[in-house]
Amino acid sequence: MIEKDQLTANHTKNGLANEILYEQKAFTKKREGGLSLKANPKDVRTGVFYIDGDVAAAEGALAAGCKFLGGYPITPSTEAAEAFARRAPQVGAMFIQMEDELGSIATVMGASLSGQKAMTITSGPGFSLMMETIGFGAMLEIPFVIINIQRSGPSTGLPTRTGQADMMQARWGSHGEYEVITLSPDSPQESFDFTIKAFNLAEKYRVPVMLMSDECVGHMTEKVEIPEADKIDLEPRRLYKGPKDKYIPFKPDKDLVPPMVKAGEGYKLYLSPLSHDQRGHPLLSQKSTTRRIVDKIRLNADDIIETKEDGLDDAEVVVVSYGITSRVAYRAIEQARKSGIKVGIFRLITVWPFPDKRITELAKRVKGFVVPEINYGQVVFEVERCVHGNANVVLVPHGGGWVHNPDDILGAIKKIIKAKKKYEGVFEYKTELEKLIFGSGA
Amino acid sequence: MKNVKHPMDFYLRMDRMPHIWCTGCGIGLTATAFVAAMEKAKLDTNKVCVVSGIGCTGRFAGYIKLDSFHTTHGRAIPFATGLKLANPELKVVVVSGDGDLISIGGNHFIHAARRNIDMVVICVNNFIYAMTGGQVAPTTPLTAYTTTSPYGNFEPPSNIPQIAESSGAVYVARWTALHIRRLTNSIFEALNKPGFTVVEVISPCAQYYSRINRLGDGLDMMKFYHENSQIKHWEPTDNLYIDYQKEIIVGKFVDRERPTYSESYKKWLGE
Repeated sequence: MIEKDQLTANHTKNGLANEILYEQKAFTKKREGGLSLKANPKDVRTGVFYIDGDVAAAEGALAAGCKFLGGYPITPSTEAAEAFARRAPQVGAMFIQMEDELGSIATVMGASLSGQKAMTITSGPGFSLMMETIGFGAMLEIPFVIINIQRSGPSTGLPTRTGQADMMQARWGSHGEYEVITLSPDSPQESFDFTIKAFNLAEKYRVPVMLMSDECVGHMTEKVEIPEADKIDLEPRRLYKGPKDKYIPFKPDKDLVPPMVKAGEGYKLYLSPLSHDQRGHPLLSQKSTTRRIVDKIRLNADDIIETKEDGLDDAEVVVVSYGITSRVAYRAIEQARKSGIKVGIFRLITVWPFPDKRITELAKRVKGFVVPEINYGQVVFEVERCVHGNANVVLVPHGGGWVHNPDDILGAIKKIIKAKKKYEGVFEYKTELEKLIFGSGA
Repeated sequence: MKNVKHPMDFYLRMDRMPHIWCTGCGIGLTATAFVAAMEKAKLDTNKVCVVSGIGCTGRFAGYIKLDSFHTTHGRAIPFATGLKLANPELKVVVVSGDGDLISIGGNHFIHAARRNIDMVVICVNNFIYAMTGGQVAPTTPLTAYTTTSPYGNFEPPSNIPQIAESSGAVYVARWTALHIRRLTNSIFEALNKPGFTVVEVISPCAQYYSRINRLGDGLDMMKFYHENSQIKHWEPTDNLYIDYQKEIIVGKFVDRERPTYSESYKKWLGE
């Protein structure tokens, strides 16, 4: 076996001291306190508004200092692009409607490397078209935000109706392997707040961040409070500050994220989506920086993950949900509590990275988990993985188009209470609608 | 002699040499012409970005010592659009192949020309997908053999200058790789011209296109293209189809004025 030091020495000798050498240990410390940078008052439309989730997301992006949107019209995300296009010239931002989604996501890459905060807004089919370039962004560690107002699929599906079936695609939709961050809002207010958060995470970790909203949240009109600019914390870009000739594009800081430079500042940057070493030069080896792209998110997961818990202290059943479904779940939980069942909610704000540790912990002391999603089972299998056979997992599926009927979630909660075995794998709760279609079955 | 440097070293990433291009390939000559044009134009090298797509010419960005970006297949132009619009100070040059720019990236080519985005597009046309092993391209001349047109190509090829002109490019020229001086001059003119400018370079593929069609080595092909070219400036672009091993019309075909995207944007929406 070659010693690690020997390996390092060999590579230094060959001018390839670029292999990944870092301790593969999770960073457990959470950041404390606010960020130093505040939003620019010019960008923030402070006030109380009655707007929909799409418009709120566009306002959030502008408040976060986003200066570039390359978009392409697609229902149900168009309102966001329209709002951005209206406001852009007033705040010195640029909106361009590209010829297709392939082009719009590519302009976002270029704009971000030019030094601007950039994003795109899309929905199902457009999201699929963008996948290749999302992988490109992950590979070159370009900070950018994608807002996906999810609709039902596959293919054209239900363009004007809601869905949550892009969750797995968001995670690993592009070829090869990488990690991203996703955020799921359940209201227009959260669309605003989480879009800012998305930009902050993108800048902090140099990673694609996706706001996985959906048609319901996107088209839901509610009160949105946009705070004063000095109440909005922003993450500045990680700019390289050392001497120009010493800059190594993919040499990471301690938290595994490399600092950046802007194009046009004389660094003579070379970025290639080929597997590369720290210099960015193509490298035909496993020692390329690809591993770090995965690790920088996995090892920093504790800092990134955000969840909301309610009523978990005495809970026997936990409803795990995200996005619009969590609002429906609240109704079912209320009803269950009224009938004496101890239910709590575990809401995923960041679905990816997934909060495995907390689910594993909860699984040891609850009877089971109910996972309602507007798909036929995606995140539920992650829950099952983390349960380690210690509790029951019930999926409440939904084919899309509408949100769940709270009665179905309630039915699933009751099913767990009645369960005889500790663990029966993932079982699917037959909703009232499906009972009508398929019969009540076994 | 130890300290003598090649005059082009300043523009080349010598630490990336040797390059991957085959002997007799025309992409190296295109790089030579580009560097010579850069020197002549005396642009601030800190403000010039080179963007390439995928393929043999896609590797261009990797050898030029400017801010250079190797992007995904077909997306060099929209990527460059983003770079340029987010920082209008930059001079953006896209160097890519015929497959990348005209086939998979054809839509972007048309629309960037329509918007008249300020960028130079150098399209190295070798009539074939060379990096992947010699498959038929949208530019493959009629009857030519490729690995995916094993009985000869029967699809009519794209006429790049015509697409460029009809889409709105303000400058369109074509040269073969051996027209070094004229090619350099055209790239120089394109660099100095605001708007969407296109320079097509007819380049031999000495490995795949040559071998399957038995056209000799790279130098033979280069000489053949050069000797069979006819300089016809201002030739109407619909006459510029390239037939298999026939005359190639080269020259400067379009040089006109249109407001660029950035100019129109400023005029319409203010600073």
